[in-house]
Amino acid sequence: MPNFQPSATGFVHPVPSEITPRAVYEGRRDFLRLMAGGGAGATLAAWAARDARAQTTTAGPGKLAKLPAVRSTVAGAVTLEKLTPYEDVTSYNNYYEFGTDKSDPVRRAGSLRTRPWTVAVEGACARPRTFGIEDLLKLGVMEERIYRMRCVEGWSMVIPWIGYPLAELIKAVEPTAGAKYVEFETLADPKQMPGLRSGVLDWPYIEGLRIDEAMHPLTLLTFGQYGEVLPNQMGAPVRLVVPWKYGFKNAKSIVRIRLTEKQPLTAWNKAAPREYGFYSNVNPKVDHPRWSQATERRIGEDGIFQKKRPTLMLNGYEAQVGQLYAGLDLVRHF
Amino acid sequence: MSAVLPAGPARPATRRPGAWLLHPALKPLLFVAALGPFAWLLYGALANTLGPNPAEALIRATGDWTLRFLCLTLAVTPLREAFGLPALARLRRMLGLFTFFYAVLHFLGYAWLDMGLDLATIANDIPKRPFALVGFTALLLMLPLAATSFNRAIKALGAARWQALHRTVYAIVLLGLLHFFWMRAGKNDFAEVAVYAAIVALLLGWRLQRRLRRGAA
Repeated sequence: MPNFQPSATGFVHPVPSEITPRAVYEGRRDFLRLMAGGGAGATLAAWAARDARAQTTTAGPGKLAKLPAVRSTVAGAVTLEKLTPYEDVTSYNNYYEFGTDKSDPVRRAGSLRTRPWTVAVEGACARPRTFGIEDLLKLGVMEERIYRMRCVEGWSMVIPWIGYPLAELIKAVEPTAGAKYVEFETLADPKQMPGLRSGVLDWPYIEGLRIDEAMHPLTLLTFGQYGEVLPNQMGAPVRLVVPWKYGFKNAKSIVRIRLTEKQPLTAWNKAAPREYGFYSNVNPKVDHPRWSQATERRIGEDGIFQKKRPTLMLNGYEAQVGQLYAGLDLVRHF
Repeated sequence: MSAVLPAGPARPATRRPGAWLLHPALKPLLFVAALGPFAWLLYGALANTLGPNPAEALIRATGDWTLRFLCLTLAVTPLREAFGLPALARLRRMLGLFTFFYAVLHFLGYAWLDMGLDLATIANDIPKRPFALVGFTALLLMLPLAATSFNRAIKALGAARWQALHRTVYAIVLLGLLHFFWMRAGKNDFAEVAVYAAIVALLLGWRLQRRLRRGAA
């Protein structure tokens, strides 16, 4: 008789992450059935092809237009961590052009018009150009990337973004030797953005990267998330995602990209230079003057009374981007 | 005084302005009302209606309520004198103690939810950040006031000394405002801070003016 009672040695339950997902075991059973059916040779080929193809991308909540993409194969581009619920990602974020409260963007970004939309790419390059959003959408192969997002305020999320490397756009305008930095300017239209009335920041919002950071394969020019186009409050129609930096580096609703010789004067650095540096790399060892950056709270996953989890150096992307900062004092250049 | 009033029916005693302030049910009612925000937050924490970051929501809300109760406490004396409602004074102790209650919750929220009740981390964190140090100092200054809030303490200290001690509340409210200002400073977002600052300026300004007037008289 099988004994299902806990014994002295214990009936050891697997942890949830060890339980075989339904899709996988059902897949295995399909596979076995097909093998038993006799067409093993032909099936095996189909199976191998299916496996080699990029894994299926994240299904969206069906709220906005689908944005087809393939799973990225770039090293470090797809974390296996649990995705933050769509509802939390899209209702709790900072987008000051729509208000300083994190619940403001979702309530007020409805007024943002994302068509027609153009992005001017200019500065130190041989072929400066203004791209229509339709052309930008076709410039690269859309990839799904699942990145950790660490906000400078001490919370984090895991978000499946869709886009292609910013490097592809930069290469398209043929940067010259003078292109040492990339500056991003975002929309600042008081008619669409009620938050511009406040003097919190100097509008328009300016962000910037060093050219090698901008060309890094993990730096994503982003058009969608969760299998769909970006909702307005997340920075539609096109934004930046640099996963190893604090979230505010990810300029939203970009209208201009400038290749520059000099380090751009970024919005937060201008507003509070002691608190926000140009680099703003995620770094648990460099505290914000008003709070520790050593730990973070994962939104939608960590319970209220759960201890905050440790923040990882460069948000866990040290293996991929650490060499960008070899020899740079990251405490001084925070 | 009634002699100089035009003839008319005498006003019943219960219609005296502020008589309702002496109603025996008032204090229990205030007590329940003052517990309202706490009950609401507790419900929100259990029912998970505090938004995507409930810990942050709890810490911020308890901080807000500390400031609100502090303003209410400080409003008692000016309202009492301006509107001739001496009976308002009965409510001041309870309001003061609720200020302390929400301040303790605010600190516990920080210590537990943000710091995981790790005493070494907390002891290391507070002195490192002026903004936290200022808030913590305000809480420490509240301790002797809360501890001497009962009648026997007033008698033991003597009214004059007790009053002198409880003037610490002015330092507490200024530190609390500074704490809030500093917290918002990073975002250059001073709209709410300005509202509290204006209320506190009004409440303290009234006292200052009264003192000057009395000095002049």
